[in-house]
Amino acid sequence: MTKFLEVINLVKHFPGVKANDGVNLTVHAGEVHSILGENGAGKSTLMKLIYGLYQPDSGEIRLDGKPVHFSSPRDAIRAGIGMVHQHFMLIPALTVTDNIVLGDEPGGIRYHRSEAEARVRALSEQYRLHVDPTARVEQLSVGLQQRVEILKALYRKAKLLILDEPTALLTPQETEELFAVVKHLKEQGIPVVFISHKLDEVRAIADTITVMRAGKTVQTLPIGDATPQQLANLMVGREVVLRIDKQPANPSGVVLNVENLHVVNSARQEKVRGVSMQVRAGEIFGLAGIDGNGQTELVDAIAGLLPVAGGRIHFQDQDITHLSTAERTARGIAYVPQDRQLDGLVLDFTLTENAILRDFHKHPFSKFGVMFSQPAKAYAEKLIHLFDVRPKDITRKAGDLSGGNQQKVILAREVSREPQLLIAVQPTRGLDVGAIEGIHRQLLRLRDEGKAILLVSLELDEILSLSDRIGVLHGGRLVGVVPGETATREQLGLMMTGMSQEQATKEGTTS
Amino acid sequence: MSILTNPQLWASTLAMAVPLALPAIGGTFSERTGVVNIAMEGIMLMGAFFGVSFAYWTHSAWLGAIGGMLMGGLLSAVFAWAAIRLAADQVVLGMAINIFAAGLTTFLLDTVFGYGGTPPDTPQLPTWSIPGLSHIPFVGAFFTNQSVLVYIMLILVGLSHWFLFHTRLGLRMRAVGENPLAADTAGLNVWRLRYTGVIIGGLLSALGGVYLSLGILNSFDVNMTNGRGYIALAAMIFGKWTPLGSFGASLLFGFATALGIALQGNGISANLLGMLPYVLTILALAGLVGRSKPPAADGIPYTPQR
Ligand SMILES: Nc1ncnc2c1ncn2[C@@H]1O[C@H](COP(=O)(O)OP(=O)(O)O)[C@@H](O)[C@H]1O
Ligand SMILES: [Mg+2]
Repeated sequence: MTKFLEVINLVKHFPGVKANDGVNLTVHAGEVHSILGENGAGKSTLMKLIYGLYQPDSGEIRLDGKPVHFSSPRDAIRAGIGMVHQHFMLIPALTVTDNIVLGDEPGGIRYHRSEAEARVRALSEQYRLHVDPTARVEQLSVGLQQRVEILKALYRKAKLLILDEPTALLTPQETEELFAVVKHLKEQGIPVVFISHKLDEVRAIADTITVMRAGKTVQTLPIGDATPQQLANLMVGREVVLRIDKQPANPSGVVLNVENLHVVNSARQEKVRGVSMQVRAGEIFGLAGIDGNGQTELVDAIAGLLPVAGGRIHFQDQDITHLSTAERTARGIAYVPQDRQLDGLVLDFTLTENAILRDFHKHPFSKFGVMFSQPAKAYAEKLIHLFDVRPKDITRKAGDLSGGNQQKVILAREVSREPQLLIAVQPTRGLDVGAIEGIHRQLLRLRDEGKAILLVSLELDEILSLSDRIGVLHGGRLVGVVPGETATREQLGLMMTGMSQEQATKEGTTS
Repeated sequence: MSILTNPQLWASTLAMAVPLALPAIGGTFSERTGVVNIAMEGIMLMGAFFGVSFAYWTHSAWLGAIGGMLMGGLLSAVFAWAAIRLAADQVVLGMAINIFAAGLTTFLLDTVFGYGGTPPDTPQLPTWSIPGLSHIPFVGAFFTNQSVLVYIMLILVGLSHWFLFHTRLGLRMRAVGENPLAADTAGLNVWRLRYTGVIIGGLLSALGGVYLSLGILNSFDVNMTNGRGYIALAAMIFGKWTPLGSFGASLLFGFATALGIALQGNGISANLLGMLPYVLTILALAGLVGRSKPPAADGIPYTPQR
């Protein structure tokens, strides 16, 4: 096979970080080459270097054997490199066609819009990427927006396509469709660089895998040689436990009982439309669903952050429907919010201050309005040891910690208050394989101690590996509740699009 | 009600709209590429002052108009440089430009022309009547004895609209104002497009100033724009950042002014009508008369990370 793209010893510094530190990569013609690495490993930086968005400090990039220098994306585009960024580079107010042809529009002075539309239509036929050329991008789903991005690259005659974490925002079905597109592109002779931190995806689509860790390329290996365990170890740099083996749950009484709940969000849309469910002590109840189907509003209402428009919430046999957040917290509901930086931590405060954030006004941390530092420090020390927060330094600011360790601080603080119900929303979002393992262990430990846990996650793998029962939300309604042991990805994926449990089970097994 | 059927009122509405529509469309060009521009007042003053000066020096009103536009364009280029290259705060910068231009033109008026003001023998731009059209009843007043700039403005309105929405450059300029990073990754030169937008805007705004000093009169007076640059800002917003909308809003505001003048002595305060632009703008921004939404990247400097 001929070498299409070669990266030799590439180095790129940012203030205080070696984002790329001697990176080597070879992409051959006609292959799907996956770059696998944890968040912050330097994958996006590498791709932006190849795409001319950043300039390397040193090292070389070769295309078809010839050294190239891209001082801007314009040069890279001209050389035949197409890239779909992790955060889409689309202009919502413009149409699909406008977005695709931008920078290379047909016409002289006048913009020949109808010809542009015809070209886009032809291109989407050729590559089986169907999308309405006249639609405005802001009206499209994420999956369709991604198609527009891919078409944009193909319109510019890309000879190599880079996809940076393309599945991060997709539903399982959309992911399948994307994989079909990638395979089709490969058949048409366009090599694809597929970036991901998800092992199973990489194994499903790649021919070759290069693992990155801490700014370096660790190893390149053909797909046949790679086991998930080996890849995970390479990514993290130590032995990782991929799937935590858990004991069967031992659920007892109902802790949380939600009856026919209706919730209206701040934009006055009814996002939860009559949900009834129960969470018992000693179980993890997972809530699955495509983003925006009411999960946030549902848990916000349970935590008291959104008012209830209809229905009732009972907690330990008491009606808490109209209690304030503080009163609910006092009764034993703990909440690990989705946006930890916004809602969970004060980044400018030290770990000690963050540890007592909720209880600083109480014994033993203060009396008559005076705060005592000794008990606070002792308490913070205890927490960071129990939850293995690194670095083990209570004087550090929360903002200095990595995402995984920030999350551990929040979890530690919430859990140490001995809640009866823990609500965790996307507790491992953006975390690495290693950090995820730690958080999952803690959640299971709490379950085994007899706490009730309500877990909301967009990651089906997380839901599947932790939950004892799984509820699926679609359009603000609970489509069904399935036992965690027998649930499958396919079944949940179909239910997430609104299909009933019975039908999803049937389709999921026959296909 | 007889006032409303007087064709003279409508002709004067159109004339009043010129020094609003030109800077409003100018602002539209700037903001569509993502540079917030409140400097129209100052740029108009430059156009007005240098328009008269060049007309006097060259004995040609036309050369004066061109000179005035170029000087306004020059000032807007300085504004663009600071806003784009130095990523300065665009609102603060716009205010600074306005204050600078007011001071500069006042100072130059005294030092160059002395206390007597601009010379009375300065040529003025011609007024035209359009032969076929000026004889049509009622509508004819629009096309009778209007400054040549009225007709030029009408052409520029259509041209601007076509340019922004039907040319390749227009598409690119709008893209840069919505999402410069996306435009950059699509291979567009964000800075160059922003310079283009701001400077085209400056030329149009300056022409609005030229209309005041050489179109209606043949002299410059201290602070003769009298806040029209700010009303133009309102017209741009009320017109939803489009040339046609800006023109429509300018007609409405021009009508309010013309009506105020016509009603003088009838017990209705001209000042009350003068508030109309601002009240409508607030209503438009609040979403009460058709929501007005600025370009998504309006006012946000773009610095490529290389
Ligand atoms: N523009 C930037 N400025 C400063 N630091 C950056 C910048 N981009 C990335 N980094 C840092 O470089 C490292 C690698 O980041 P990135 O390439 O985005 O990783 P990945 O895509 O693998 O998650 C991280 O530590 C990140 O914080
Ligand atoms: Mg990345």
